[in-house]
Amino acid sequence: MVQLFSRHRQQIVSCDTPGMSTLRDQALESFLKLGFPNTKMEAWRQTDLTECLARGYDYPVERMPEEDTQKVFRCNIPHLDTAIIGQLNGWYVSKDVPLMELGNGIIMGSLAEAKKKYPELVEQYYGTVADSTSEAFTALNTAFAQDGVFIYVPDNVQSPKPVQLINVIQHDENLFLQSRNLIVVGKNARLSLVHCDDSYNHQASFSNIVSEIVIGDNAFMDHYKLQNLNNSSTLITTTCFRLGAAASLESHYLSLNGGLLRNNIRLHFNGPHGIANIYGIYLMDGKQHIDNQVFIDHAHPHCTSNEMFKGILDEHARGVFNGHVLVRKDAIKTDARQSNRNILLTDTAKVNSKPFLEIYNDDVKCSHGSTTGQLDNEAMFYLRQRGIGEDSARMLLMFAFADEVVGKIAIPQLRQRIEDMIKKRLQGELQICEACVLHCSTPEQPVEFYIDLSKI
Amino acid sequence: MLLSIQNLHASINGKEILKGVNLEVNKGEVHAIMGPNGTGKSTLASVIAGREVFDVTAGEILFKGTNLQKLSVEERAREGIFLGFQYPVEIPGVSITNFMRTAVNEIRKYKGLDPLSGGEFIRFMEERKKLVEITSNLTNRSVNEGFSGGEKKKNEIFQMAMLEPALAILDETDSGLDIDALRIVANGVNKLRRPDNAFVVITHYQRLLDYIIPDFVHVLFQGRIVKSGGKDLALELEEKGYDWIKKEQEA
Repeated sequence: MVQLFSRHRQQIVSCDTPGMSTLRDQALESFLKLGFPNTKMEAWRQTDLTECLARGYDYPVERMPEEDTQKVFRCNIPHLDTAIIGQLNGWYVSKDVPLMELGNGIIMGSLAEAKKKYPELVEQYYGTVADSTSEAFTALNTAFAQDGVFIYVPDNVQSPKPVQLINVIQHDENLFLQSRNLIVVGKNARLSLVHCDDSYNHQASFSNIVSEIVIGDNAFMDHYKLQNLNNSSTLITTTCFRLGAAASLESHYLSLNGGLLRNNIRLHFNGPHGIANIYGIYLMDGKQHIDNQVFIDHAHPHCTSNEMFKGILDEHARGVFNGHVLVRKDAIKTDARQSNRNILLTDTAKVNSKPFLEIYNDDVKCSHGSTTGQLDNEAMFYLRQRGIGEDSARMLLMFAFADEVVGKIAIPQLRQRIEDMIKKRLQGELQICEACVLHCSTPEQPVEFYIDLSKI
Repeated sequence: MLLSIQNLHASINGKEILKGVNLEVNKGEVHAIMGPNGTGKSTLASVIAGREVFDVTAGEILFKGTNLQKLSVEERAREGIFLGFQYPVEIPGVSITNFMRTAVNEIRKYKGLDPLSGGEFIRFMEERKKLVEITSNLTNRSVNEGFSGGEKKKNEIFQMAMLEPALAILDETDSGLDIDALRIVANGVNKLRRPDNAFVVITHYQRLLDYIIPDFVHVLFQGRIVKSGGKDLALELEEKGYDWIKKEQEA
């Protein structure tokens, strides 16, 4: 890895400002000290990367030839009007315009390009939210990442429609990729971001994606992360949020498929009266592994955070939840809630759940809870007594369980689509698809269900 | 003969609760089953509905001539057995509309009928709501979630009206109801009475039977039906209490 770095240093740093190059060198040094995480480390005790790392991967240091983007990015959820930006194998797909500047001052496009064109703007935020000194994957990403997405919403600007960031992996060899996203939402601004991680074929991949998201004072962000990858893919995401005073965040982690998924979510309240709701749903089967790590730093008073993660695990799937809320000494009137609920459909599925509160003042309202169990037998009997078959009854209960999270999706078209995907997933029908994982290429064919769960 | 129970023995975790129940219910009849607490009234209802925690150790239950032992819970329901729960279960996230539409259409499918369309279903549901005097907007809420005791029981009657069972067993549907809710529940039953269906009303008190006039009253005591009679038996029980039965049994 280091050899790779020194060999291609010129290539990797080509878009950097001098400050960023220094950051890279420091990050590389940190990574060399830290090494890849192993199960002897507390934060990685339940997630073993040995097997994933043992596979050989291609590491692309040069932009790969762009394919027909129309062919690759076919996601068009019916009636969902979004500004789509695409990443293929970690690289921003330009369609000849690497950076879009919209009339209202919004900038979105390639981070590499933004570094060249707006060095001061990028440098002001880049590397300030993510921790490259103690987190190995963030350090590795900071050292290597060349491209990713940059979105800048200036103060007082409301992004008129949701931005959809589609991150697609499609390659004929195993691929190791690292991309880096920087999203800045100015004061009193508003952004809705749908971030999809998809793979289109069954080739193994290892993605280490770091996103830094800065939300200004009194700004609002609605954030969605949809993960649907093949069973040979490893995805480590680290998303670091910094919320200004009275800023609010709604974040949704929707994990439907993937070999090994690890979501590191770091949130720092950087001013009082911030509000953060973080929701997660994961539906795993086979030998899939999902690990959600949420750290919330209540560094200022009067902030509210709410975590609700729910999972359904089948067969030999494995789930990990670690929620850590830190309430600092001065953070009075903190309201922090953590909840993790799981349904295990088999004896062989397993969950490790550890909600954890670390509180250094008295004037707070905090709660945490974790439950793991089977489907409710009483409810099953009740549904079946009304003539509903065992499979349908199970499906209704699982869907209802998931819908508490999915129901929080604020974009109706997206919610409808995710509900459809979850129904398909629960029936074991949702696969990662050779052509398009969202089946968006055939939106005219509605998904047929044996039972109609749609609201009427 | 709609329901015929012969020498039914049932136990839970090795403990015998029903010790030889005999009961015959014909179409068009209303039967009341009364008795002190803990004598097996709810167990009898659960065993007829097919609840799996109970083991039937002897005897048999015939429904429309078919031995129920071989049928699953949902098959019994589709054949026309409805159980009004003493403690209806809360199911967050499942709307009553969804729940009933799924149930109605699965039963229709079992009978070889086409599913009701959205519009047909809504019309049918509104008609049934009117029949059982449900004015509140229960149907958009999650099944029983946050319902008062009375709302839960009214919801049971509404579901019964939707599913039009051949045999409805109401397990202490009157418990915890104020007089207005009790009247709505009783009216619902009376409106649904037809020559081709039957009701088994399990109750601890005579009160409900002022509104639902039974054709037969049975007293279940220590796992057996020890006394049967007409509607006057309920009044006699109200007057003399269950001690009278206990003494008679001990004698």
